[in-house]
Amino acid sequence: MAVISSETIPVTSEPDIVFVRRRVRETAAQIGLSLVDQTKVVTAASELARNTLIYGGGGAMQLESLNGPRLGVRLTFSDNGPGIPDIQLALRDGFTTGSGLGLGLGGTKRLVNEFAIESKVGQGTKIIITRWK
Amino acid sequence: MDKGLQNRQAGLSEILTKDESSLLADWLKEMSGSVRRSDLIKESELRSESALFLKLLRQGVDSGGYDIDGAAWQPMRELLAEISRSRAQQGFTPTETATFVLSFKKPLFKAIRTRFEKDADALATELWSATALLDSLGLYTIETYIKTRDAVIRRQQEEMLELSTPVVKLWDGILALPIIGTLDSARTQVVMETLLESIVKTNSKVAIIDITGVPTVDTVVAQHLLKTVTAARLMGADCIISGVRPQIAQTIVHLGINLLDVTTKATLSDAFRLALQRTGLSLGRTSNHTAQKTA
Repeated sequence: MAVISSETIPVTSEPDIVFVRRRVRETAAQIGLSLVDQTKVVTAASELARNTLIYGGGGAMQLESLNGPRLGVRLTFSDNGPGIPDIQLALRDGFTTGSGLGLGLGGTKRLVNEFAIESKVGQGTKIIITRWK
Repeated sequence: MDKGLQNRQAGLSEILTKDESSLLADWLKEMSGSVRRSDLIKESELRSESALFLKLLRQGVDSGGYDIDGAAWQPMRELLAEISRSRAQQGFTPTETATFVLSFKKPLFKAIRTRFEKDADALATELWSATALLDSLGLYTIETYIKTRDAVIRRQQEEMLELSTPVVKLWDGILALPIIGTLDSARTQVVMETLLESIVKTNSKVAIIDITGVPTVDTVVAQHLLKTVTAARLMGADCIISGVRPQIAQTIVHLGINLLDVTTKATLSDAFRLALQRTGLSLGRTSNHTAQKTA
């Protein structure tokens, strides 16, 4: 699998989330994802970027476009925040420690093809999602 | 104050007093070669700015030493702030703005060299103080320049927030709120306020929120929409969300957001038709028009 392009975008403020969405949309359009799939991956990026900012206290997103066997976009969100103590619980719909709907993580998982989450309490969280063409 | 510093200040001050006219002439010549943008600034204006800069520089050196944050440098700071503000508006780049100050180095260093020709030690010290002083003044103009830009950007952001949330009256008792762009928390607050106020003001029974112009509907946007709908309902108005495009509909389903309690429509015209029904009105073709068509 070859990485065609890679860039890192900081996620430290609300306007950064807008920029994340824009870059993900551009990249997804570039590799030829359908409009529905573009919207899905952009929405997923929006959810995770907001989690990174609100729950992780800010972090960064790595945006990669992949080639092989199919074209795709891979997004890696990482932060050095408090971490998630119970990942299964966090993925359950309706569960939130904040004031949101509690659908962000579980919903994101349903919007993409691959979803991986790593988290250590007190150290931070890393979420990798991939959407294939 | 130690004697060395006093001497140095005396040196620089003397140079600035004695050689004032030749410094100014050299400096203007220097600028005409590098930074003067004759398309953006008049020669007479630049000359008076430069002369004032020289005067304030001498005053500063005479009374307050080299710390430009001190009270003695207040007039100089004001001058530089004014210069960088006007330059930012005239379309100078930050580099061009700062070079106004930095280009004074060459003529000043020349004058210092002439004066301390025989004393290498004093020459080095003097040059160092002069360069440190001009650098800090140059940096100050950059800082002000950026602050001015930031203020402009902030003001535009606020203006855009106001501009981008118009509530329009479609019919008696029917309002429409077309939302374009990102629906973040700050924006939602403005949207909700203007909508609720308009509902009261126009005594409306139905409000249509059109999201055709919202590129991404994630859980936060959905939550904001639901809150707005609930608030409108508490005031006795029904809300219809229109402009739900196919890709948005699919995404909402995957996210698992429940919008079943809210009336949604694909297009604004569908929503408008429903709104008319709910307020007991209907639109139809007049017979007159049909006659014209067949004729």
